Amino acid sequence: MNAADPSTIRAVRAIIARAKRWDMFFAMLGILSLMVGVLTFSVLFLDMAIQGVPRLDLEFFTSFPSRRAANAGILSAWVGTVLVMLVTALAAVPLGVAAGVYLEEYAPKNWITDIIEINISNLAGIPSIVYGLLALGLFVYYFGFGQSILSAGLTLALLILPVIIVATREAIRAIPQSIHEGSYACGATTWQTVRDHILPYSSAGILTGVIIGMARAIGETAPIITIGALTFIAFLPTAPFSGEPPAGLFDWIFAPFTVMPIQMFNWTSRPEAAFTVNAAAAGFVLVFMTLAMNGLAIYVRYRLRKNIKW
Amino acid sequence: MQIPVGLEAGVEGTVLKADVRELDFYYGAFHALKRVSMPIHDHMVTSLIGPSGCGKSTLLRCFNRMHDLYPGNRYAGGGIVLYPDNTNLLAPEVDPIEVRMRISMVFQKPNPFPKSIYENVAYSLRVRGMRNKNELDDRVESALKGAALWNEVSNRLKELGANLSGGQQQRLCIARALASDPEIILFDEPTSALDPIATASIEELIIELKEKVTILIVTHNMQQAARISDFTAYMYLGEMVEFGVTDQLFIKPQKKATEDYITGRFG
Ligand SMILES: Nc1ncnc2c1ncn2[C@@H]1O[C@H](COP(=O)(O)OP(=O)(O)OP(=O)(O)O)[C@@H](O)[C@H]1O
Ligand SMILES: [Mg+2]
Repeated sequence: MNAADPSTIRAVRAIIARAKRWDMFFAMLGILSLMVGVLTFSVLFLDMAIQGVPRLDLEFFTSFPSRRAANAGILSAWVGTVLVMLVTALAAVPLGVAAGVYLEEYAPKNWITDIIEINISNLAGIPSIVYGLLALGLFVYYFGFGQSILSAGLTLALLILPVIIVATREAIRAIPQSIHEGSYACGATTWQTVRDHILPYSSAGILTGVIIGMARAIGETAPIITIGALTFIAFLPTAPFSGEPPAGLFDWIFAPFTVMPIQMFNWTSRPEAAFTVNAAAAGFVLVFMTLAMNGLAIYVRYRLRKNIKW
Repeated sequence: MQIPVGLEAGVEGTVLKADVRELDFYYGAFHALKRVSMPIHDHMVTSLIGPSGCGKSTLLRCFNRMHDLYPGNRYAGGGIVLYPDNTNLLAPEVDPIEVRMRISMVFQKPNPFPKSIYENVAYSLRVRGMRNKNELDDRVESALKGAALWNEVSNRLKELGANLSGGQQQRLCIARALASDPEIILFDEPTSALDPIATASIEELIIELKEKVTILIVTHNMQQAARISDFTAYMYLGEMVEFGVTDQLFIKPQKKATEDYITGRFG
């Protein structure tokens, strides 16, 4: 049979046309599934923005919650969120990075390491309320940290630890073997290799993981409620060296607190419509905080990667 | 560990720098080096040739204990004695870091660190605790000169090493290996990722370098071995088939297997 035979060419075209119909079908299906996700989020976000944005003014950020919706604000909530996130970062980053580096660079490759690895991946899937229960027993009562910023920060740190460990390990694995061997061939010890090569070259990936973890932690509500965050807080933790007698540098970590999602939850459970508007406004701020963090992650990754070429 | 006596391959006018003695090496259960013996002559270029997978890189990487980085690798008998101090490099009580401080390595693919040109060369000095700025500057400069790279990079030391061309990157890696004044430099197919012109400049450099240091080089290219080395070792399936003065080995090999390989009848 000759390929240039007109009937053969027609047959070939028919086959291609049929195959392309499937192409089209799957492309449409893909777009449709994508739209379901994107549209749902857009509608939710827009609805919240339309309700909440008009409510946003300076006073909303500088006022404590109040029984009257018009006077209520998110001062204690956003300050609480920022402070809790600070504790979370200070606890989770060193622990997570150290654990990731240990597993990649130091840990002997044996079954104990394997078990630890499997457990870390599984930890990431545990419902956050379980962490809350654990933290209630461990931090609040056993260590006596109380229902404080410290307890909340440490709880969220536990929650995002697996994310940071996994991100650290992946960032380290992305460093080419040849760079790794190059360092050792120069006579470097493992610690010198980690300090001079592994950490600097993986910092972009690690930071991205940290910020993604933090973006998850910032919206967590269940574990924070479990350890007993208050829903109505009309004061701020004492700033370092203020008050009578003067507070120490870290006294604020033992203060009771509330956070953004709890404030929102509180307002949505009120019957008055005006409080629903407050909740939408707070929700908008929270989503904005999360998006800002993700934006920061993208920027940081871009900046740090610019100087790293293999 | 009992180390067998070396070959004592007495060649007029040369001194032994190292001696591989009946070395056995395993990757897990795979016996990759089988009772390999060969001498390394001081201030000479020795090349390792043989078909792919015969164990050239494996032997080379024993010299700086690179195999210690991975689990399952095992030095199973024999050793590598380094002269003049008679240290067995593979003895368990010898610290691999100490070995790597005496013997440096240049890899197949140029692997500059994602740092500046200066920091790349300075790194092998920094791990030795050198902090003095002037001393570092001097040593970096002389290493870059030794690697025939100084003229090209002297006014861009702060740029990333990765911005250099492939051949320049490889010379940067040679400068890094040279900076610490090693006793031996190991080269694992250092020109296989380079074009002919860059290859020629690296070959020239290797010949110059033997004034300062002993060189052991793995190469796939028999012409290269013939051009640059004083001694050549032919390996096959993890065994040392023949070792000799390069000219003799290529013109009048003692073993039929070597002859078949170098005449291209095999491999
Ligand atoms: N990490 C490893 N684990 C198991 N076997 C290995 C490993 N590295 C190499 N080998 C095996 O050991 C043998 C020798 O490998 P080696 O890399 O030394 O060969 P080579 O002579 O350098 O080859 P080439 O010229 O292709 O680089 C080969 O059969 C190879 O498959
Ligand atoms: Mg090889």
